[in-house]
Amino acid sequence: MTLYDAILGPFVEFDFMRRALIGSLALSLGAAPVGVFLMLRRMSLAGDAMAHAILPGAAAGFLVAGLSLPAMTIGGLIAGVAVAVAAGLVTRATALKEDAALAAFYLLSLALGVTLVSLKGSNVDLLHVLFGSVLALDDDALYLLAGVSSLTLVTLAALYRPLVLECVDPGFLGSVSRAGGPVHLVFLGLVVLNLVAGFQALGTLLSVGVMMLPAASAAFWSRRLEGMFAAAVAVGMISSIAGLLGSYHSGVPTGPAIILAAGILYLGSIAFGPAGGLVWRLVPARRHRTA
Amino acid sequence: MSAAPAIRLDDVTLGYDRHPAVHHLSGEIAPGALLAVVGPNGAGKSTLLKGLVGTLAPLGGRIDRGALRLRDIAYLPQASALDRSFPIDVFDLVATGLWSRAGLFGGVGRAGRERAAEAIAGVGLAGFEGRPIATLSGGQLQRALFARLALQDAPVILLDEPFAAIDARTVSDLLELIGRWRAERRTVVAVLHDLELVRRSFPETLLLARRKVAWGPTSEALRPERLLEARGMQEAFDDHAPLCATHAA
Repeated sequence: MTLYDAILGPFVEFDFMRRALIGSLALSLGAAPVGVFLMLRRMSLAGDAMAHAILPGAAAGFLVAGLSLPAMTIGGLIAGVAVAVAAGLVTRATALKEDAALAAFYLLSLALGVTLVSLKGSNVDLLHVLFGSVLALDDDALYLLAGVSSLTLVTLAALYRPLVLECVDPGFLGSVSRAGGPVHLVFLGLVVLNLVAGFQALGTLLSVGVMMLPAASAAFWSRRLEGMFAAAVAVGMISSIAGLLGSYHSGVPTGPAIILAAGILYLGSIAFGPAGGLVWRLVPARRHRTA
Repeated sequence: MSAAPAIRLDDVTLGYDRHPAVHHLSGEIAPGALLAVVGPNGAGKSTLLKGLVGTLAPLGGRIDRGALRLRDIAYLPQASALDRSFPIDVFDLVATGLWSRAGLFGGVGRAGRERAAEAIAGVGLAGFEGRPIATLSGGQLQRALFARLALQDAPVILLDEPFAAIDARTVSDLLELIGRWRAERRTVVAVLHDLELVRRSFPETLLLARRKVAWGPTSEALRPERLLEARGMQEAFDDHAPLCATHAA
């Protein structure tokens, strides 16, 4: 097998591979920076919770309209935003912390979703909802992925200042502005939006992977915020390409293959990343500076 | 700058779960005052600052802030929620003090960056601009937070135990900065434990022990018999305490 056959061939020859590539690259571009913010807010598991939370909405859409992109997307959005808002309100109105509130609501939501899916449809359909269909992206799905990705980047850019400040020093933000609460809700909305877009390509359970694994890897590549964003997007895109090719050549399902590729990059980042990678600890610094 | 309006406390009770932490406090913080708040642990000092800044609503009475807006009160909490591991450098952290000018979306501009650099130099952190805050010592971080306070340019500045675990040289540098704020006719209220420092540097003192023990010139407020009285404060909340009869709801 030549290098062309291994890397370029699949994309040149097959339309579905090109579509999958565009879709997963668009997803990486939007979801990875969102993941970096989640990680820096110590909300890495919130992405996971939200991914479960959108299931009943997607399932309800599936019940009503079968495997229909608009129905499942709208359903997922409604369920995700409902859980985010409910958890946010409980957090701000009671003594319960955000992680506990999210855990409670996502469990409720997940149970509801599994119940709904089992009411109708075979296990094959359930697998489709859970593991996505990156190799069957139609035009609508691509527009959705590209639109969500663009909207995410524009929103992050516009709200960058309060988002960063809410991470670094929420007390200070609260003392100069009342924007903290609304900005946080908008941010959670972005999380939901990216997960809903991702579940079309990778499935609900794995879409969070393309959000969090690049973010967690990025922490080992830069100590600066801008650097982390760049690294996260790069890791997301590289895993998309590698996962698609790996899946094409070996025949394993594409969604898991992309996440596995991201997982391998994550392990590699932990080991070799220039910002705190483990390997550098094994090399003792022999000289130190005078000041 | 023009003098800040006075902050008036009218029979204010602040607390948690209906238990008073500050009980029936009345008084006035005059424009340009340099007021120390002193008292034993659990006396309600931090609670009072939260009430003044507005994050805690009074259980009774009222706090009249005059024409002061949210951004006119700069507040340095005691246990800051600051995430020291966040990848942000000293310059950017200090520059967030420009919020009242730049707001959510506005630009900081060249003048803003110069003022931020001046504020950093003013607290003796010149050369630290590019350092991530994770690498700062406790005292250096406190200097950076003071630089941010200075940049906020607020007429009222509230400091909650600003010198806890800070070395003598840093304390004297920061006191100098507080002196400059006073000269600029800003109102400064600081919760402090070091009585010698209060006697030296703060003309006015509120001695608090849940209720007001004394409020006036420092030498008067900190007389030994007053301090003894403050020490006799009942510390624990009593879940079965009767409802306060004199409460002006």
